Amino acid sequence: MTDTVLNSTRHPRRRGWTWLWVVPPVLLVALFAGASIGETHIPFSVIFQTLGNKLFDAGFPVDRIDMGIVWNYRISRAIVAACCGAALALSGVVLQALLRNALADPYLLGISAGASTGAVAVTVAGLGAGAVSLSTGAFCGATLAFVLVAALARAAGGGAGLHAAGVIILAGIAGSQLFNALTAFVLAKSANAEQARGIMFWLLGSLSGVRWEDVWLAVPAALLSIAVCLWHIRALDAFTFGADSAASLGISVRKVQILLIGIAALATAVMVSMVGSIGFVGLVIPHAMRFIVGTRHRVLVPASALAGAIFLIASDIISRVIIPGQVLPIGVITALVGAPAFALILLRGKVSR
Amino acid sequence: MILRTEKAGWATRSVPIVQDVDLEVRDGEMLGLIGPNGSGKSTLLRLLSGIRRPTSGQVLLNGEPLTGMPQRRIAQHIALVEQQSDTGDRITVRDAVELGRTPWLSALHPHSARDDTLVDKALADVDMQGFADRYWHTLSGGERQRVHIARALAQQPQVLLLDEPTNHLDIHHQLSILALVASLPVTSVVALHDLNQALECDRLAVMESGRLTCIGTPDAVLTPDRLRESFAVQGRFLTDPSDGSRILRLQRAL
Repeated sequence: MTDTVLNSTRHPRRRGWTWLWVVPPVLLVALFAGASIGETHIPFSVIFQTLGNKLFDAGFPVDRIDMGIVWNYRISRAIVAACCGAALALSGVVLQALLRNALADPYLLGISAGASTGAVAVTVAGLGAGAVSLSTGAFCGATLAFVLVAALARAAGGGAGLHAAGVIILAGIAGSQLFNALTAFVLAKSANAEQARGIMFWLLGSLSGVRWEDVWLAVPAALLSIAVCLWHIRALDAFTFGADSAASLGISVRKVQILLIGIAALATAVMVSMVGSIGFVGLVIPHAMRFIVGTRHRVLVPASALAGAIFLIASDIISRVIIPGQVLPIGVITALVGAPAFALILLRGKVSR
Repeated sequence: MILRTEKAGWATRSVPIVQDVDLEVRDGEMLGLIGPNGSGKSTLLRLLSGIRRPTSGQVLLNGEPLTGMPQRRIAQHIALVEQQSDTGDRITVRDAVELGRTPWLSALHPHSARDDTLVDKALADVDMQGFADRYWHTLSGGERQRVHIARALAQQPQVLLLDEPTNHLDIHHQLSILALVASLPVTSVVALHDLNQALECDRLAVMESGRLTCIGTPDAVLTPDRLRESFAVQGRFLTDPSDGSRILRLQRAL
């Protein structure tokens, strides 16, 4: 015990996982807030009772409507928001670390553009003749776009290092542009005004359609992405001085890149297909966390996942209450709230430097 | 002989950069790698470090080919200090040196007190103990190079490879980095530009157009004929009257 204390005073920034105990309570409070706050305010006690009734058949006397709102809408929504936030933030961490580019975000690899093409292909162009859902279409589009971008990057790249990172980014830009153009083409050709508006809102992100089925997809995707990132914290650190330096530190660069970028893309595609492409989280949460907890991934990975989760739950709450009777697209809120918050962190970071 | 190449070559899009290099690094020596710009020194160091796999021939570590050896095991034996590697991340000197422990750690064998000790020792070896908590971006070029060397030492390598470690440094730091490398208790291969600095090595290897043309003691290698052929300069040894040491006076060949 004494040893640990001594060590932690010696290298205060690096020691231990002990601070991780804050994660479950903070996350729980955020989830409860997500379930409680809304157009109809529901007190915490009702949420406890609802959970008791649903999970343990406790038989508390709870208003059926309140129970329905909490269980069917708000809790599932808050959980999916948390998963999306965590997965998008981690995708950002991974891409920024591996590509050594501060502007890398989860949508860099064409995933959001591909998802939108898939979505309009299903909803507007009528692909799949009604048998395919918007989510499935979006997921297929996102996957297809990522596979094309990855194949292009591989064919054009060769070798590791900064050059390869540049090629991946350029391939992502090419892919995104192509799929954005396809989306615009389909919209311009056959969408009516209502459909176009619907797609625009979907693209800005919305948690409105989220139900329990989505939870069973979002939770495993987020957990997988967290687990893989935690397993590779040392590899992510090793890229600090670039890919060649990582290789000389014993990292199998190609293998790590394929695995981590693949998982980041998969998690992003799952989230985008459920809730649309919510911007800002994946780009800015990792940077904000680097300012606050430092760049070592053993802290950065859990901190970014937690911050992403809380940020998205909070944004969802705001999107529901800011205009009475109307739900704003969550992507609008993430940027509206996030941009000033990030500006503040940037300014404070300048002082401490 | 711990590191050896056999007819090692590397080509990109069928343009050969390094060809048919047979090189033996002897245990404990400081081997200087010299040659004009673009002669393949950096590429040869990359082949020796295992981060490039030879497109022909092979590189052997303790008799075993590097190709097919896990990157992690190579990194437990060979460390590379690159010519230019920088970061925009806000990391401390200690963070940077700790990266050197990467090949010895895994998710199941996390950083321990022993690793702390090795990192402290590496920092002490390059005389940077007082800098452990300084941020990377506050360091001068010479200090950064020292930290890179400390990181490589924390890898506990048998062989240390350095690609022009004195590049972009002022003369004081050039001399102190070289003295540092010469004093380290590891085998080292150093790519160098300054031929007077190369005189301090145990042996020199000359690269020309991707080929190893000559290897031997500095006296045997830096002959007037060789200097004219390989570097297109005239060279003469002068003696410093104050202590009898020699310097190489170089002039453009007429």
